[in-house]
Amino acid sequence: MATAYDIAMKQERPEEGGSAPVVAVENLQKSFGTNKVLNGINLSVNRGETLAVLGRSGTGKSVLLRLIIGLEKPDSGSVRIHGQNIANLALDRMGEIRKKMGFLFQHAALYDSLTIAENVAFPFEHHRRDMSRSERGGRVKQLLAEVGIEGDLGKMPSDISGGMQKRVGLARALALEPEILLLDEPTAGLDPIGSGEIDDLILKLQRERQMASIVVTHDLHSAKTISNRLALLDQGNVVIEGKFEDLQQSDIGLVKEFLKQS
Amino acid sequence: MSDRGHPVVAGINPPLPMQRTVPIPSVVDSVGRLANGFFEWFGSLGIFSWKVLRAAVTPPYEWRELIRQLDEVGSKSLPLVALAGAAIGVVISLEARYSLSRFGAKSMFPATLVYSVIQVMGPIITGLIVSGRVGAGIGAELASMKVTEQIDAIEASAVNPYRLLAATRILACILMLPLLTLATDACGLLTGWFAQSLVEPLSFHQFIESGFRGATFNAFLPPTFKTAVYGLIIGLIACFQGMRTRGGAEGVGRAATNSVVLASLFVILADVVLVKFILVVFP
Repeated sequence: MATAYDIAMKQERPEEGGSAPVVAVENLQKSFGTNKVLNGINLSVNRGETLAVLGRSGTGKSVLLRLIIGLEKPDSGSVRIHGQNIANLALDRMGEIRKKMGFLFQHAALYDSLTIAENVAFPFEHHRRDMSRSERGGRVKQLLAEVGIEGDLGKMPSDISGGMQKRVGLARALALEPEILLLDEPTAGLDPIGSGEIDDLILKLQRERQMASIVVTHDLHSAKTISNRLALLDQGNVVIEGKFEDLQQSDIGLVKEFLKQS
Repeated sequence: MSDRGHPVVAGINPPLPMQRTVPIPSVVDSVGRLANGFFEWFGSLGIFSWKVLRAAVTPPYEWRELIRQLDEVGSKSLPLVALAGAAIGVVISLEARYSLSRFGAKSMFPATLVYSVIQVMGPIITGLIVSGRVGAGIGAELASMKVTEQIDAIEASAVNPYRLLAATRILACILMLPLLTLATDACGLLTGWFAQSLVEPLSFHQFIESGFRGATFNAFLPPTFKTAVYGLIIGLIACFQGMRTRGGAEGVGRAATNSVVLASLFVILADVVLVKFILVVFP
């Protein structure tokens, strides 16, 4: 049976079967008071592709992700998911689209009153009510194993390390088998070994699931490892977009500075 | 030295020290800002209430969370309201006996205690106790979830936070307040009778029979069920304050404080309106 999401997608998808981007951001603008955060940016991501969004703190990288998942409304411009503009969708309609998206927050944003296993089971409890308790438990174990967590399922989020929290957050984001994965600073605050492990994990998931991913990061090494394309944001604008080699060959001062400092 | 008395460096006469002029806001500005904040707060509360109402009446329903909240609001507040009820029972008993004795109306003691506890003190004391305990709890919990992006995570998981977090808590407050009021009333009557019987022996049966003689349901049901409105006020304000929090730990503290203060204030204001309403509708 077709879900509301499928019907909406069928109605709105302009190039069914073609190479329409899964996520397309067009002339996106966002301000908070007098502070203009995004100044009309354009970006797109296709299925199986990972776009890394780089930039200094406060350049609107995280706001871009929040706009894509509908946690913020744009001032102007559009965010298209499979061709459908999500800017003015009602909360419940937006919910249907969000089921196809996974979001890893910068600080994981695990529910602190739930155990690790309950955190991962949260999307199943609300969207797969037909699942039996044992099925749900099995799926939770499988997801946690996929991100490298075998035990400690009954621990609370406050009892595990930052790296572990990110892994649990990632398992929760993957629970509904999303087509789009949004990662906000997945390696921030982790030691180099932990960062490398998270990078390997993201690469493995990308290979297996072929999602359209957008990764916001400061970490150039991580961005280079996990992404197909990179975009550098500055003062609400995309300064450059392309492969890592394109950034290396760029004459733009800010790009050179960013590569040097990273 | 310059003619202004400041040292001259390389022939440049240094400027006079800047005089800081602190703008003094006019009374009109202050009143304007206050009025603006007042209407903005009520406007936001109206939008929030509409979102919660719409989420509450449309499926899927969050039964499990509602049951959890019924326990949180109801059974965990019970000892507190029972203790408060017991205390006011004793206080009213002591005060009433003294006052009634002065007017030679000691026989009116049971009815005075019953009416004072059930119609006046029980509902408002329960409302204020729950405002403090539950209002602060909900305000702080939701504010903490807001600043740590847990509410955003719920929304990003395609779950409506107005349904899961707000509607369940508000409904739990509405359902539990009348039941908690009954507990307050029962404890108040029991301790009131006990305090009286220590001074002047009176059987509990006699006390109840005399206290409720000639009473109708209209005298007791509306004051008890009006506390559902207190529940609505407490739940709504605490959820609203919690879910609109900004800032870190300071924001959480502010949300908890504002939840308690505003919920208590609105409960008292609502009591004024409801008492008049009950007197008119249930004479």
